[in-house]
Amino acid sequence: MDFNDTPQEADFRAQARAWIAANRPTDWQNKTGRDVDGIAMSKAWQKKKYDAGWACIHWPQEYGGRGATPIERVIWSQEEGELGQLGGVFIIGQGMCAPTIMAHGSEAAKQRHVPKIASGEEIWCQLFSEPGSGSDLAGLRTRAEKQGDEWVINGQKIWTSGAHYADFGIVITRTDPTVPKHKGLTMFYLDMRSPGVTVKPIKQVSGRSDFNEVYFADVRIPDSQRLGAVGDGWKVSLTTLMNERLAVGGGFPTNFEEMFELTKVIEGEDGPAIEDQSVREKLADWYIRAAGLRNTQNRMMSALSRGQAPGPEASISKLVLGINRQNMASTMLDIQDTYGVISQKDLAVNGGQFHEIFFRAVAHRIEGGTDEILRNIIAERVLGLPGDIRVDKDLPFNNIPTGAN
Amino acid sequence: MNFEFSDDQKLLKEQARGFLASKCSAKEVRRILDGNEPYHPELWKGVAEMGWLGASIPEEYGGLGLGYLELCVIAEELGRAVAPIPFSSTVYLFAEAVLIAGTEEQKQKYLPKVSEGAIIGALALSEGAGAVTPKTIKTSVAGGRLTGVKLPVTDGDVADYAVVAARTGAGNDEGSISLFIVDMKAGGVTAEAVDTVDPTRSHAKVSFDGAGAEPLGAAGQGWAILDKVFDRAAVLYAFEQVGGSQAALEMARDYAMGRYAFGRPIASFQAIKHKLADMYVATELARSNSYYGAWALSTDAPELAIAAATARVSATEAYHECSKENIQVHGGMGFTWEFDCHLHYRRSKVLSLVLGSLPRWKDRLISRLEERNAA
Repeated sequence: MDFNDTPQEADFRAQARAWIAANRPTDWQNKTGRDVDGIAMSKAWQKKKYDAGWACIHWPQEYGGRGATPIERVIWSQEEGELGQLGGVFIIGQGMCAPTIMAHGSEAAKQRHVPKIASGEEIWCQLFSEPGSGSDLAGLRTRAEKQGDEWVINGQKIWTSGAHYADFGIVITRTDPTVPKHKGLTMFYLDMRSPGVTVKPIKQVSGRSDFNEVYFADVRIPDSQRLGAVGDGWKVSLTTLMNERLAVGGGFPTNFEEMFELTKVIEGEDGPAIEDQSVREKLADWYIRAAGLRNTQNRMMSALSRGQAPGPEASISKLVLGINRQNMASTMLDIQDTYGVISQKDLAVNGGQFHEIFFRAVAHRIEGGTDEILRNIIAERVLGLPGDIRVDKDLPFNNIPTGAN
Repeated sequence: MNFEFSDDQKLLKEQARGFLASKCSAKEVRRILDGNEPYHPELWKGVAEMGWLGASIPEEYGGLGLGYLELCVIAEELGRAVAPIPFSSTVYLFAEAVLIAGTEEQKQKYLPKVSEGAIIGALALSEGAGAVTPKTIKTSVAGGRLTGVKLPVTDGDVADYAVVAARTGAGNDEGSISLFIVDMKAGGVTAEAVDTVDPTRSHAKVSFDGAGAEPLGAAGQGWAILDKVFDRAAVLYAFEQVGGSQAALEMARDYAMGRYAFGRPIASFQAIKHKLADMYVATELARSNSYYGAWALSTDAPELAIAAATARVSATEAYHECSKENIQVHGGMGFTWEFDCHLHYRRSKVLSLVLGSLPRWKDRLISRLEERNAA
């Protein structure tokens, strides 16, 4: 057990640090990169990294990466630090879509798109959930029908992050409703500006619009944009989902330091809030979970560096982070007492940072697998407990009863 | 960076598990629980023969000098087995205090005996309900003689030597406390076993009436030394707690797989699956934090104080969660004396208190973070 860098790792760290110091954007002020107005800056930073060989460093060189080790990836992200938040807009493309294309796409698709995802030139989204199929993803109803060398897509997706600025998307569709639900699915990718695609932003509880509804009306795409075999869509989607839990769980800051500092300056009943025993206990609770996640990730990276595959253990990260971010934000508003209701940025404590988390965490606990689905995954795949009873498993999809009929 | 135990350490863990499976079955633990013996003497002897007592004691003092990572691995397995022996008192507390603050002569005198299993050690702090602070310590030393009552002292009734915190200064602050080594079998010491939540770990009321007291460390340095002992012991106890959490989780899983209700194994109900998933998550976070603590302990890193408190808090919470929910998964059977669930429920509570309670460790963690940020 050794937390110190090996000589090679130290060398890599020094190179990364020097490059970042020389090239980092100077006008960056805590822009999250997820805001549309931050996209230009995100793209510029991504392109700069790509040109110098620092983008998606764990990908193979032929697709724009540098074949870096898992440990080097951790070192890079440590060195990039909070600047890494500028990459938020690329998480879906780089974290989920590109791994799916690399695993299941044609060689032409890989050559054409993966380097552009790495360089930030293309932003991708993931068109999975539907109004009637969230956690029960395989219950989806968006159809794709073969006509000659083309597929015609009709239906609706929902909760599609970033669809309003995405260039491309991967989409899972039903191509055969007469077989059991997991068997009749097929995955494609498409240009989000194709005729027949309509994107409607959804206003969330926070008042922001990060997610969208996406409608398909006779959208035509060539068969060459299929990912995996016809009817193999479920298997392909598992690649995306496994990568999603890795990407989403690791993509959020813990905000412990901001929280800690705030409790020192906000007054409690007898001095700063941090002197209140109940506040100290809540700080400790959050700290041990944040540290636990970081140390769990270190264990995972050590396992990966020994050639072991990432397991369903990655589900821990999103599960713990989602629940705890929500509770942490609520506590931080409690500490402000009555003033905590104010979310207006120019008046709110810390520019309303904790108010944003208070609302954003709601989605965090749902997107990419709800807390309940993640617990099922841990129970079934890590602990080996029996799968849930699925009464529709062997029925042809078009015979499955729905609330509507 | 490498955040895993080495192959040799994993091998040691397997050996420890195998040894304890054969020598420390639940039946053996119950022999101590149900009987009048304060600990399991044959297991104690076996553990000494395996060299575990001296795993982290340097070779010059008769130990194996393997290191703290090895001791952590052993601690996890002792926790898993709910071992009914005075290991933690002797090794994490008594021997560590001597290692940290002892003179060369004291180390030569005590540590080889610890290594070979010839003596049992203890640490005597608490004198009543509530937080153990310099203010609450009334036991005092005058003219080299120690007087006062310590309650409870883990393994106080079986210890040959105890490190005792006593008042030597007039004030109420940390500087008024010093440590002493007391020969528990000499005159002026009476120890009386007391009932506790976990009879597999013995506790006593120890009265000192002019007992001989040998200073350990400089006068007025008692609290500072205890701070160091506590940091190291917190990591080692955390491994015991992680081992216990893992065992309780596995016990719950195995029972849920075999127990049928409504025509299905109860492990197929989401309410049970989700409970087990939460137990797993708590255990893994505690394990990861304990690994970090093990690294900090083994390298004596400046982060040790924070890493130890982090490991302590998360492992205490994990063991509490797993030991109580294990009973819940077992339903009514879990509440019977006959089933083994309560062995972990008992041990979990004792481990969460012996080194200071959870709220106190949370406070300690935040204090350490404040100190770090101020520096």
